[in-house]
Amino acid sequence: MIRIAGLTRRQWAALALVLGLAVAFLLPMVVTDYRSFQFTLVIIYAIALMGLNLLTGYNGQISIGHGAFYAIGAYTAAIMMDRWEIAYYWTLPAAGVVCLVSGFLFGLPALRLEGLYLALATFALAVATPQILKYFDSWTGGVQGIVLFKPDPPFGLPLSQDQWLYYFSLAIALVMFWAAWNLIHSRIGRAIVAIRDHPIAAQTMGINAPLYKSMTFGVSALYTGVAGALGAIVVQFVAPDSFSVFLSISFLVGAVVGGLASFTGAIYGGLFVVFIPNISEEISQAAPWAIYGAFLLVFMYVMPSGIAGFLRRIGAWIARRNAS
Amino acid sequence: MPAATVSEREESQAMATPERTRTAAPLLKVEGITVRFGGIVALDGVSFDVESGLVAGLIGPNGAGKTTLFNCLSRLYKANEGDILIDGRSIVGSTPHAMPGFGIGRTFQNLALFQTMTVLENVMVGCHSRTRADFLGSALRLPWIRSEESRAREDAIEMISFLGLDDVAHVTVASLPFGTRKKVELARALAGKPRLLLLDEPAGGMNHDAVEELIALIHDIRERLGITVLVLEHHMNLVMRVSDKVIALDFGRKIADGTPDEVRSDPEVIRAYLGKDA
Repeated sequence: MIRIAGLTRRQWAALALVLGLAVAFLLPMVVTDYRSFQFTLVIIYAIALMGLNLLTGYNGQISIGHGAFYAIGAYTAAIMMDRWEIAYYWTLPAAGVVCLVSGFLFGLPALRLEGLYLALATFALAVATPQILKYFDSWTGGVQGIVLFKPDPPFGLPLSQDQWLYYFSLAIALVMFWAAWNLIHSRIGRAIVAIRDHPIAAQTMGINAPLYKSMTFGVSALYTGVAGALGAIVVQFVAPDSFSVFLSISFLVGAVVGGLASFTGAIYGGLFVVFIPNISEEISQAAPWAIYGAFLLVFMYVMPSGIAGFLRRIGAWIARRNAS
Repeated sequence: MPAATVSEREESQAMATPERTRTAAPLLKVEGITVRFGGIVALDGVSFDVESGLVAGLIGPNGAGKTTLFNCLSRLYKANEGDILIDGRSIVGSTPHAMPGFGIGRTFQNLALFQTMTVLENVMVGCHSRTRADFLGSALRLPWIRSEESRAREDAIEMISFLGLDDVAHVTVASLPFGTRKKVELARALAGKPRLLLLDEPAGGMNHDAVEELIALIHDIRERLGITVLVLEHHMNLVMRVSDKVIALDFGRKIADGTPDEVRSDPEVIRAYLGKDA
C-alpha cells in the first residue's frame, strides 16, 4: 500500500471529502449574500454537470442540448409555483420526473444515432427550446417569462434567504451526488461504462444497450432538470432567452474542463461555468468572451483530461516520488 | 464425474429442460445456415450438432466462414436462411443481448474488454445477465441490491481465481499484457455461467507454453465447470487435442464432421489445407 505522509489513497480521499464538506458548510457564514448566491449557482451547475457527466463521461454519448432539460426543469418549477402556488420544494421531484420521461423519450430514437450525429440531434433540441417556450406563452409567459419570489428559511432559522437557498441546494446536491455515486458503482454503472468502452462486447454480456442508453439519457436529463428547477427558484426568474444554445454549450464546456467521468469534475466544472465569465469581465470589459476563450484554451492545453484528471495525475506523481 | 457436474448445473438453471438433455438431444443444433454479404456467400447451408458436455472444434482455412458462423451464434450477424437451436429453442429471432439468457457465452478473437475497468469489474460485467439490480434500487443502494452485488463479486472472484488472475484483480485491463487480457476475457465469459462457451481463436498470438496451459484450461472448463465448448481455432494441434468432435469448413460449406482422427484423415480437409495436389 502506497502512503503519502502516512495516509493511504483512500484515507486522503476521505480527508478531502470531509474538508470539502466543511468548507461547503461554512462558506455562507464568511462571505457576502451575493457570493453565497454565486456559490449556490456553482452547486446547481454542478448537479447539471453531474447529469451531463453520466451521459457524456460515463456512457460516452455527447449532448449539446442539455440546456433544454435545464429549461424544462426551470419552467416546471416556475409554472408550478406561479400558476398553482405549489411550495418550491415540491417542484424538484416534479421537474425530475418530467425531465426523466422527456429525456428517455428523446433518447429512444436519438440514441440510435452515434457520436457526432447524436450531438447534432441534441443540438436541434437546444436550438428549438427557447422558441417553443415563447410559443406556449399562455403557460410560459412568453418573452416576458415568469418572475418568482424568494422563499424564506423555514422553522425560523437565523439565515438570510440567500444563505438558506445555499444550504437547501447543497443538501439536494449531496443527495443527488450520493445517488449518482451508488449508481455508477453498481451493476447499472458497470453496464453504462461497458457500453461506452465496447458496445458489442457489452451486448454479448447481456446488456440491452438501447434500453440502457435511453435510461441513462433519462437519468442525465433528470439531474439537469432538477438543477434547472433549483436555478429557477434561486434566480427567481425564468425567460426563454436564459436558455439559449449557449447554456447547452456552457454545460459541455463545464463537463469537459472539470473532467469527464469524474464526480469532483462536476464541481470544478460548476466553478468554471460560474466564475470564469465573471473573471473575464473583470479583466476586459470590452472583450470578455475573448478572455473566456483564452482561459478555455489554457485549461485545455494544461489539463487535457480536465481539472479532475490533472489533480489525479499530480496525486499519482507525488505517490511515485514517495514510493521511490 | 463430469456428468454429475453437468446435471447439477442444469438443475440450477431455470430454463434448462433436464429430460431433453438426458436423451442426448444436442445442446446446439445448427440447421442449414446461409449468410450472404451482397453477392458473396459466406456460409452455404451449414448444419451440425454439438452435444451437451462435449468440446467441439471448428476449423477451416482463412475465409472459410468460421467467424461468420460465430457471429451468427451470438446474433451479431443475421443468417439469410436456416435456424440455430439451443436445447431445441430457436435463437434466430432474438437480440444479441438475449444470448446469455440462452446460456451462450463467448470470447472474441481481437480482445473486446472494457479498457477503463479493472479485471474484477470486467468479470463482474460478465455476471450482468444473472443479476437483476435496476436503476432506482442501485441509486438508493437498497439492501437486496447490496447482497446481490456481493454475491456477484464473490462469483467474479471465484472465476478470477479459477484463471489464476488474483494478483491483478484490481488492475485496469488496459495496462495488462496480451496473454493476461485473454484470460480476463475468458473469466468474464465464464462469470455468466454459460452452458455453451464459444471461444474465438483462444490460442491466437500464444507461445507453446501458453497453448499447453490453454489446453489444460479447456479440459478444466468442461470437467470442472461442466460447460460445453465450441472452439474456433487455427492452431491445429490444439483443436485435435481438446476436441471430442471437429467440424471443418471451406468456402462457406461444411466439408467434414467427426472425431479428430476422422477429420484429420479426411481427403477433403487435406485438400482444403494443402491444396489440390497434396
